[in-house]
Parts: sequence; C-alpha cells; structure tokens
Amino acid sequence: MMNELFPNVRMDQMWTATYETLYMTIISVIGTFILGILLGLLLFLTSRGNLWQNTLVNSITATLVNVFRAIPFIILILLLFPFTDFLMGTIRGPKAALPALIIGAAPFYARLVEIALKEVDKGVVEAAQSMGAKTRTIIFKVLLPESMPALISGITVTAIALISYTAMAGVIGAGGLGDLAYMQGFQRRDFDVVFACTIFIVVIVFVFQFIGDWVSRAIDKR
Amino acid sequence: MISIKNLSKQFKTKHQTVQAVDDVSIDIEKGEIYGVIGYSGAGKSTFIRLINRLEDPTEGEILLEDRDIARLRKGDLRKERQKIGMIFQHFNLLWSRTVFENISFPLEIAGVPREERERKVMELIELVGLKGREKSYPSQLSGGQKQRVGIARALANDPTVLLCDEATSALDPETTDDILDLLVSINEKLNLTIILITHEMHVIQKICHRVAVMEQGKVVEQGDVLDVFVKPQAKTTKRFVQQLSPLEHQKEHLQEFINDREDSEVVKLHFIGNNAKRALISEVSKKLDVAINILQGSISPTQEGAYGTLYVEINGEARLIKEAVDFIQSSGVEVEVLQHDE
Repeated sequence: MMNELFPNVRMDQMWTATYETLYMTIISVIGTFILGILLGLLLFLTSRGNLWQNTLVNSITATLVNVFRAIPFIILILLLFPFTDFLMGTIRGPKAALPALIIGAAPFYARLVEIALKEVDKGVVEAAQSMGAKTRTIIFKVLLPESMPALISGITVTAIALISYTAMAGVIGAGGLGDLAYMQGFQRRDFDVVFACTIFIVVIVFVFQFIGDWVSRAIDKR
Repeated sequence: MISIKNLSKQFKTKHQTVQAVDDVSIDIEKGEIYGVIGYSGAGKSTFIRLINRLEDPTEGEILLEDRDIARLRKGDLRKERQKIGMIFQHFNLLWSRTVFENISFPLEIAGVPREERERKVMELIELVGLKGREKSYPSQLSGGQKQRVGIARALANDPTVLLCDEATSALDPETTDDILDLLVSINEKLNLTIILITHEMHVIQKICHRVAVMEQGKVVEQGDVLDVFVKPQAKTTKRFVQQLSPLEHQKEHLQEFINDREDSEVVKLHFIGNNAKRALISEVSKKLDVAINILQGSISPTQEGAYGTLYVEINGEARLIKEAVDFIQSSGVEVEVLQHDE
C-alpha cells in the first residue's frame, strides 16, 4: 500500500533527512537557548530599575535584537554566507545551517526570555538582596529558576519556529526534510515525497510541543 | 543597639521631589520589639527598607552595633545584610523551592557547608512549627504557614535584628495572632531585636514594647506603648488608639447620662497594668456612700500589662462624689470627669 500511495518515497532517504532535520533542530535549539538567555538577561538586567541599569547597553542590545528579528530568515542565511564559511569551513550541509539558525532564532527567544524575567516577582529578588545575595546568585538561584516554566515554553515555541527554519535552509542546500521535499519532491514533480516530508515534519513538531509542554508543567510548582 | 539619626529619604522624579522619610531619629534597645505605625503613605515602609539599604538613604546614620550601615560599601553591606533578617507582607518565598530549600537559601548565600545547612534548617523548621512540611512547596501552604517559612528563612543566619514589613497585613485575624505569638516567643527565646511596621494598632498593642507613630515621613510621637495608649498626644495617634477602643465610637450613647446635676457625675477611668485587675469599684462603694453604675468598659492586654477603660456613673452627695474621685485617683487610676458636649 505504501508503494501505491508513495511510489517515489525511499525510506532510507527519509530517515537520513529526518536525522539531518533533528540534528539541525536540536543543536540550534541548544545554541538558541544559551545565546537567547544571555541576550534576554542582558536586556532585562540593564533595563530601568534593575540590577545593572544601563541605558546605553540596553538600547544597543535592543537595537541589535530588533534588527536581526527584522531580517527574513531566508535573507539572513544569504547574508551570513561569508561568516558561515569562515566559522564552519563550508556553506553546505546541516552543519553550515547552524550559525544562521541560531542567529536567526536567538533574538526572538531573547525577547521571550526578557518577558519571562519581567514576570518574576520583584519581591523575591528583593528578599534575596535583603539576605545579602550577589547578583550572580540572584541570576542563577532566583531569576532563572523562578522563570523556568516560561523559559521552557518559550524555547518550545522557538524550537517549532526553528524546525520550519531548517526546512527553509534545506532549500538552499542544508539537507534535511526541507531539502528532500524541495529537491526530490518539488523539482522532480514527485509530490508524494513533498507530502511524506510534510507528515514527518508535522510529527516532529508535535513531539517537540509535547515534550515542551510536559517539561514546563512538571517543573511548575506554582 | 540600633541608633538611627536624622534619617531622610527623598525620591526625585522629573516633576517633583517626595520626602518619604523626613529627619527620623530613633533608638532601639537590644531585645526589644519596636513598632512603627502609620497610615499608608506615611513613609513607614520606606523607613524600614532604609535600615537594610533596600533603599539608599539621602541623609542620616543607621548605627547597628556602632557600624554605620548608611556608609557601608557594597561587599560589606552584603555581609551585614546576612545579619539583618527581614520578613515581608507577601512572604516573597521562591515558589520553585520547597520549604526546606527556601529556608536553606540564605545559608547558601552565606556559604554554609551542606551538612551544617541541613542541621540548621531542621532546627528552624522545628522552631516555627512546620515539622513534616519541609518537602512542601509554598503553593501548598496557607498564608500563615508561608509567613512561618519567611520567619525561619529570616532567622537562618542568626541575625541581630529582624525587620518585619507589614508581616501580618495579608493574614486573617486569627493567623495574625498566631504569627504575633510566634514573634514574641522568638523575641524571648533568642533575645532578638524586632522592628516592625504596621498600620494596625492591634499589632502594636499585642507585641510591641515601644512605638513610634509616623505621619508624612516624620515621627510625630514615640514612647512606651502603654504611655502612648493612655495619653496619646498627636492627632494621628489618637485616631489609632480609637481603633482599639470601640467605646470611643459610642461616646454619644453616654450623653444621656451626663447632666448638670450635682449629685451625679459620669467619669472615665483608665486602668494600667496591675490596677486593671483590682476590684476598685466595690472598694469605693463600700468605703463611701455612693452608688456606682457601670456604663461601659473594655480591657486590652499589651506587652507591658493590661490597659482598661471604664465609664461609670457615680450618684451621691456632691461632696462624696468628689471624695470618691480623689480616692480613685490616689490609687493610681487616671480619672476624667466627662462634661456635657456643648
């Protein structure tokens, strides 16, 4: 039956592409999580009335974040070609997609991090200060743990955006399910391949969403 | 032990300057419970936050055991803050941590080793009466239990002083009393100095030794709780004292008993301390040929002893009434003869 419905789908290709998509997604989610939290913390801490209040640093960071968020992802990949080449030594394959994926998603996630941190009860930060906590302690033992459910649901949303970014990156040769759908499916008019790739991507998205929701719920003790 | 001198705090915004705390000087003895009362906006909250520099003072000194907190550098201030416990109106617990981990937090900040931390936390959990709840999260606790965690957390580093920022204002009356009892027992057990701010006279009456009344950033009256209760001077103080004596509101009911006849007077008696327990009325009526008719009365316990108010009508010969009033006065009870309101 599989052969009748999907005559042109080759499972070995599908699995390789799935592996590539997962590879790009997982590594870039990790990268985005770290870079986004760093940027988000910087945005939050340098804003008015906070621990590192600094208008200059805050507006520079905010501008950078806004600029990178404004660039459409497909253009960002092209813009970053020289940088990618320098960093990874290649502009093809899943590895080469990583810098663009992380740089494209981190600013978006940074804003979500900033929102999550703003939701942390000011009184709790104050309580930590009244106990004589250092800023580092406040960041790692108060701000991040107290905002963790929001940070997790934020990274879930971002991960799903990243999955669709990997498909776009595929179109210009990054590999993965997007690449397969475009090259094998669209170019050759084998639409059953496009359809199979869609199903695989939807399943991946569902799995990510499920894991994200579950983790976020499990750590939320409010 | 704590000596606050000419403390001031101004908040400057673009359009105006607000004098939140205005030249406040207070001396607090070791081991005493010192209350600061005021309506919202009186500056009491800013005042208590100045003591551990959650707000930086504009002017003045805060001497805690001869170290001026107002002039400490950041690193020294952090060390000093470990010795100043604070509890809050909304408890400010970390919801992501269990009761045990919340109480352990200040110890982690102070760099206490793990085993020592565990021993200390269990000791504190016992002290505040939360045994068996150490693995609960704050969201599973009632308001009173949360404040107990707050108190245990504030005591973790053996502070020399405990600051209470409206610590009972979010609690119901019964829980408030439990928490106040806990504070008194801690004060007695550890000889811990407590500074608390509140807008409820009830709190001051129940646990404080001395009180300062704040209005518009200034201290308008301060002294022993009993003195302030019996002879309030400032208008704000009088209003606070009235909160506690429901009789003040019913004064008009007494009007019908007050007349210009010579053989009848309505008097208000203030009993303080042990006098409150004396059978003074029956003594008077046995001694002198007067009839005493009790109109209204109330009694409130304070840290320094009981404080009672009694309205009585004395009937008899004018001479005897005067004698009775003198006798009551000589026994140390304050007497006020009420006249018709014009």
